Amino acid sequence: MTSSTRDRFIYTLAVICAALLVWDFYKIFMVLPDEANQGAIYRIVYVHVPSIFTGFTGFFVALVASGMYLGTKNLKYDAFAAAVTEVALAFATIVLATGMIWGRIAWGVWWAWDARLTTMLVCWLIYWGYVMLRRAIEEPTQRARLSAVVSIFGCADILIVWKSIEWWRTQHPAPVLSMRDGGGMAPGMEAPIYWNWLAMMCLATIFVLVRMRQEETSREIDSLRRLAHSY
Amino acid sequence: MLEARNLTYMFYGYSAAFLILLGYVISLAMRERQLRGELDRVRRMVQDAGKK
Repeated sequence: MTSSTRDRFIYTLAVICAALLVWDFYKIFMVLPDEANQGAIYRIVYVHVPSIFTGFTGFFVALVASGMYLGTKNLKYDAFAAAVTEVALAFATIVLATGMIWGRIAWGVWWAWDARLTTMLVCWLIYWGYVMLRRAIEEPTQRARLSAVVSIFGCADILIVWKSIEWWRTQHPAPVLSMRDGGGMAPGMEAPIYWNWLAMMCLATIFVLVRMRQEETSREIDSLRRLAHSY
Repeated sequence: MLEARNLTYMFYGYSAAFLILLGYVISLAMRERQLRGELDRVRRMVQDAGKK
């Protein structure tokens, strides 16, 4: 993808994302009624759930890219995995923050050490470890190999996070979305979750494209440095 | 009373999400600026080395 094509793609995605968010927020705040038991606070679900979907999609894409790096040893896959993981981590942070704020009202506490919350925290820490690991190792191939292993390890935890509310009795609400046979939300209330997910995916794609450009700039700097030293 | 508290915490939730995204955008912008500065510096270094 050339630089100008990428810039055009970024601007197009930004317009789509802004339009989706404006439409969604209008629906969420102006059209949808308060939930019968929770009142207005339930609206946090429209940020919380799309953020975790976006984060987990990113971690899964990073897993595939990491696997491709281990298979091909092409550092472009490693750069892509690093960019996607970093962006997914930002969305995972939103999940923890919004979940805690919702929990303060719904449960009366900021945090509970139940299976869903604890596994999600472990997942978040694993991917922070991934970011820290990359900053700590200078040698590119060693950094890429170890990062790929951590990415695969972290993705195993995602399955545990996803299934935790089925495997254990947790304080976290049981599945409410129809895609998980929850059926706890009215269709009109559920749809904005998916539209917000789409908007967040657009935003995440923009961030990844910007991060990829930065990775390319870093590689250009490295090659210019080598050239300067070769004179 | 409960409703007002609900609204306040809903506001906190959306603000937290917005601030986290804003923080990430700022970190991206700072890294971009740092990389561009570094790229200019290295390009000049290569030009100077080529002239010698």
